[in-house]
Amino acid sequence: MTFQPLPEVTDDTVAFWTGGADGQLHIHRCRSCRTWFHPPAPVCPQCLSTDVGAEVASGRATVRGFTINVQPWAPDMVVPYVVAVVALDDAPGVQLTTRLVDVSPEAVRVGLPVEVTFVAADDIYLPLFRPVSS
Amino acid sequence: MSRYLGQRIGERDAVISGIGRSAVGRKLGRTGLSLTVESALQAIDDAGLSRDDIDGLATYPGLMNASPGMSPCGVGDVQDALRLKLNWYSGGPEVPAQLGAVFNAVAAVSAGFANHVLVYRTVTESSAQTATRRASVVGSGADRVGGIMQWMVPFHAVSAANWVGVYAQRYMHDYGLTRAQLGQIPLNQRRHAALYDKAIFRDPLTMDDYLGARMVSYPLGLYDCDIPCDGSCALIVSRADAAPDLKQVVRIEAIGSALTGRNSWDQRSDLTETAAHDCTPMMWARTDLTIDDVDTVQLYDGFSFLTITWLEALGLFPKGEAGPWLEGGEARIGIGGQIPLNTNGGQLSGGRLHGYGYLYEACAQLRGEATGRQVAGAEVAVVGAGGGPLGGCMLLTKDR
Repeated sequence: MTFQPLPEVTDDTVAFWTGGADGQLHIHRCRSCRTWFHPPAPVCPQCLSTDVGAEVASGRATVRGFTINVQPWAPDMVVPYVVAVVALDDAPGVQLTTRLVDVSPEAVRVGLPVEVTFVAADDIYLPLFRPVSS
Repeated sequence: MSRYLGQRIGERDAVISGIGRSAVGRKLGRTGLSLTVESALQAIDDAGLSRDDIDGLATYPGLMNASPGMSPCGVGDVQDALRLKLNWYSGGPEVPAQLGAVFNAVAAVSAGFANHVLVYRTVTESSAQTATRRASVVGSGADRVGGIMQWMVPFHAVSAANWVGVYAQRYMHDYGLTRAQLGQIPLNQRRHAALYDKAIFRDPLTMDDYLGARMVSYPLGLYDCDIPCDGSCALIVSRADAAPDLKQVVRIEAIGSALTGRNSWDQRSDLTETAAHDCTPMMWARTDLTIDDVDTVQLYDGFSFLTITWLEALGLFPKGEAGPWLEGGEARIGIGGQIPLNTNGGQLSGGRLHGYGYLYEACAQLRGEATGRQVAGAEVAVVGAGGGPLGGCMLLTKDR
């Protein structure tokens, strides 16, 4: 079995963790002031409205920082791999830690345009990112 | 900073009256409680107190059975083993980084809940590490991951080396920091470890060794990562007017415990800054002393890059200028240099005592007891611990 820890799912996070079933990235947004925010929470961090919920984001993002992991931390882990923090293009202020796929580690740089791609495991659809296909 | 104006500086009600340090090493084969008893009895004795004087107990992060070796010994274990009669106690992870237990003890003393608080931090991470299990790797168990870890671990960002690696990469990208400049931190710590017979790794480390070592999580290599160890540090936080031996007390001039940015490893708007940048302004706002008054700094080096965030947040160089500043090497951060850093070898060469090794060393320096590595005339020290969303710092002075 390949190394793949999975997240807990709660009422707040169910859209983010399982919403990828439809191929789209679900991010929390305030229905009152329209601020996007992450992680999902039952209140808007901007205006404190509790009228919030997940909406579909484009899934386009930009690499803000990354690390190339070489150390096999668990016996069933495949290395190397790239962990990145990406900023969502259409959800200002929202950034995610993710794993980059379909890219050689040497080609990763700050500013690289990427897009979401989901990997299913049990009930979870993990939002991984890959370079935008030109 | 006006947000602190008018506040009482309650940390000056408390002093560090005694310190203790157990045997520290790799795979000592002793229980956490055994190590804790060693450091605790030493600290009580060092303070000139007896067991019956201890009426408070605090630790970080409290008993953690789920993370082998990370915190094998909770307040309950120590209270019962020593049959302490406590007025106040506290143990838990949700505090301003490792030193948060000290801040709690200081607050308890200032509030009058206790006169003498035994504070300790114990690790057996070295003994807990096996070929297939590391105490510091999250997500290797069968359980699902919750809390802030869920935003990193499912993406295989399982180690702090990954989380800090992103920060270090972005700093290099923004400001041109090089691996060789970063390497000044582990080289410095190794030079100091050679002067201290209780450090773990004392053999000379060259820049070639550093640059040639295997990568762990680029840009962090083997020598950018600290060493899991077994050991315990303890200290006694006493009411200032109840400390038996005023000649050796260490004064607490100011504490920085602020968290004003996101409580997250990956959501900060500036990925080159950590909670060190939140808590240091608070510390400076609570004192008339400045960085120019500081004789030595003992700063978190669980990863070499985290030390850079502390040095920068303390104001030792303008933002982004760590690289050229560190090129000064020994003249900057060596003993006898501009600002002696991690004079006991830090965690990089001395072992991951998880914040408390720095505090012990700062006290030893201010008491003039740092044999072989003493900073001449050390009267003011800064201790800073933590990384990412965790940060806490203290400005300590010799009794004057």
